[in-house]
Amino acid sequence: MAKLKIALYWAASCGGCDIATLAIGDKILKLAEAADIVFWPIGMDFKYADVEKMPDKSIDACLFNGAIRTSENEHIAKLLRAKSKIMIAYGSCSYEGCIPGLSNFYNRQMTFDRAYIETPTTDNPKKIFPQTKVKVPEGELELPEFYDTVKTLAQTVDVDYVVPGCPPEEKTTWLALEALITGKLPPKGTVISHSAKALCDECPRIREEKKVKKFYRPYEIIPDPEKCLLEQGLLCYGIATRGGCGALCPQANMPCTGCYGPVEGVVDQGAHFLSALASIIDSNDPEEIQRIIDDIPDPAGTFYRYSLPDSLLRRARIK
Amino acid sequence: MKKIMIDPITRLEGHGKIAIFLNDDGGVANVYFQVPELRGFEKFSEGRPAEDMPQITQRICGVCPEAHHMASTKALDALFHVEPTSAAKKLRELLYSAFYVTDHTTHFYILAAPDFVMGPDAPPAERNILGVIAKVGLELGGAVIRTRHENHWVIQTIGGRPIHPCFGLPGGVSKAINEEERAKIEEIAKSSVEFGKLSLKVFDDVVLKNKDYLDMVLSDTFTHRTYSMGLVDENNKVNFYDGKVRVVDPEGKEFVKYAPRDYVKHLAEHVEPWTYLKFPYLKNVGWKGFVDGKDSGVYRATPLSRLNAADGMTTPLAQEEYEKMYSTLGGKPAHYTLATHWARLIELLYAAERMVELVQDPEITSTDIRNIPTATPDEGVGIVEAPRGTLTHHYITDERGIIKKCNLIVGTTNNYAAFYMSVKKAAEDLIKPGKEITEGLLNRIEMAWRPYDLCLACATHSLPGQLPLEVTIYDTQGNEIKKLSQGI
Repeated sequence: MAKLKIALYWAASCGGCDIATLAIGDKILKLAEAADIVFWPIGMDFKYADVEKMPDKSIDACLFNGAIRTSENEHIAKLLRAKSKIMIAYGSCSYEGCIPGLSNFYNRQMTFDRAYIETPTTDNPKKIFPQTKVKVPEGELELPEFYDTVKTLAQTVDVDYVVPGCPPEEKTTWLALEALITGKLPPKGTVISHSAKALCDECPRIREEKKVKKFYRPYEIIPDPEKCLLEQGLLCYGIATRGGCGALCPQANMPCTGCYGPVEGVVDQGAHFLSALASIIDSNDPEEIQRIIDDIPDPAGTFYRYSLPDSLLRRARIK
Repeated sequence: MKKIMIDPITRLEGHGKIAIFLNDDGGVANVYFQVPELRGFEKFSEGRPAEDMPQITQRICGVCPEAHHMASTKALDALFHVEPTSAAKKLRELLYSAFYVTDHTTHFYILAAPDFVMGPDAPPAERNILGVIAKVGLELGGAVIRTRHENHWVIQTIGGRPIHPCFGLPGGVSKAINEEERAKIEEIAKSSVEFGKLSLKVFDDVVLKNKDYLDMVLSDTFTHRTYSMGLVDENNKVNFYDGKVRVVDPEGKEFVKYAPRDYVKHLAEHVEPWTYLKFPYLKNVGWKGFVDGKDSGVYRATPLSRLNAADGMTTPLAQEEYEKMYSTLGGKPAHYTLATHWARLIELLYAAERMVELVQDPEITSTDIRNIPTATPDEGVGIVEAPRGTLTHHYITDERGIIKKCNLIVGTTNNYAAFYMSVKKAAEDLIKPGKEITEGLLNRIEMAWRPYDLCLACATHSLPGQLPLEVTIYDTQGNEIKKLSQGI
């Protein structure tokens, strides 16, 4: 059997997904037996022109991490889609927009104003902003355009599979690679993880009755090490988050923050979490319920911590 | 006017590209080092709960999330006016030291060593980590992989997750370690010390005993006389986790020593229209453009700068190596950019020795790891020494602890002006009228910025041990007349 051709790419991302790809440890040898990596900017030599010269659909699969926030990100996403038989959104940024997607609460000008004018160390009396084309004495320089809105990969090109996580855990990555290597591919659109259900299913903490009178912030209390964090009033997102990571954060006494995205069948993770919370508030008095909910600081930024660009909200409307 | 583009280079909080403009006679007219990406964290942090910042800001960089997590957690201590427990501080520093061991290991062996072990003119196909292992021995390759792997285990055990840890809280950490874990970390720490010693021996054998390399290290092409910055403890010794920021001038005299909360008085950032990244400089010296010397506010915050800015190391083996380095380089401070690799290995040894000290501290398994803040949050600055430079996080919140303003000066960013100048100087010295532009020459230009470890040093970030470069030379009409590539 001919070896598979695999490409890996990073757009607007932190690099953690690339480290996660390599974290499969000695399984990387199995990968090397079965596949040739034909394009991996931060792991191998490459040039864009090489990819442009490849025939369409000549790459078997592309693992694409990072969100789409500049014209360069978009250009490469479209190029790799054309060249690849299978396009995989790898990691939370390409899947849902992730933390950088919180930019969608603001716009480009607000982001520029903060970075290039307002910050207390910035010294920019002429109010210079980076430009897509700049004349310098010796010629012209170009920069990619910075978009108003962070988009997911699927909002930019057709995506075949998703690997969730910020970053995906080693075993999740291997699940996807193994499917590629063996050719036993799941139906198009599958989110590849060991679980389709909520993280709570794999969390070792003891669950009793979920009735909450007050929400706490993580620095306010030292939680019982054995009991469910949500039942202790911490906003643990596990109830609305796909499992598969092994519940690492709750085992470190910290609430899940939702990086594996929504559970199977749910479109909007934030709305799902909100409705789950509503059902566990231990009160029937509308005023008291309001008070309890008011204890949650930054609900939009918390419920949509990883998924704002992919949610029904997409972005805040800036007046 | 001819234009040479080096595009893309990999990883500088994103991508990077270099434009070299040639005069009509073939000499260098000017060089631009562009960073074509902005992440926007300083804006979208507004509105977020402060306690979430360690986990939010570490998404700036998946190569050094530990540094952001730690600077952010320390900013929270200041913001909430809470002192972490003694055991919590030690656990934080233990994780941080393990992180330094992994990070410096990766940079030296994967990125830096190929140039010296294989030689700057070796064929690109050999000038990589595999070439290094083939030449120096499989045993060393195994030690590199083992050291990285084991210290990542330490990071996960203390920090909760292998990438993007979750244990930092104002006043402490979320999780203690038990005796079984402690004992295993102690073994790893001890073997990391041995690895640090071995690495310095490799450097000694390969670089210092080779006169050509030593001459290159000491050459003017790779020298810039700038201010040096680094975090120091109360005795002016190097510390990565805590202390004051000390800056020494190009002669080595203390210019300023400031507490984290005063950083705004001492740093400013310059903006250029052709790049998304800003250029930090010393405010009280001023921005004089891309020049070095005492009158220019350009400073460096690298392993070598940290050693320049300090009076020594607190651990015995690292101190010995520190003295040896300065006596070889002809005194302190040293401005030889390529000696940064040496300083990095001394720091690696220090981090490993520090791990041993911390893990043998009886308090390290204490469960007294949290102080609950009681004061109203308002403003806080946290600084740690990230592997790639002094890292500053500054938050202002409302009385509920919701971020109103956030300012970040990130490791690599500190050095932007300096590494741009290093590349420019190397290009100017090496590209001469009538001289052919060879692959080895391009690699020497690359060697000018590699010591800064531009957030691109991780194993995963450049496995072949080099940045892929493409240089295209255009004539004055924009026609391509020559194309050279390296490792492509």
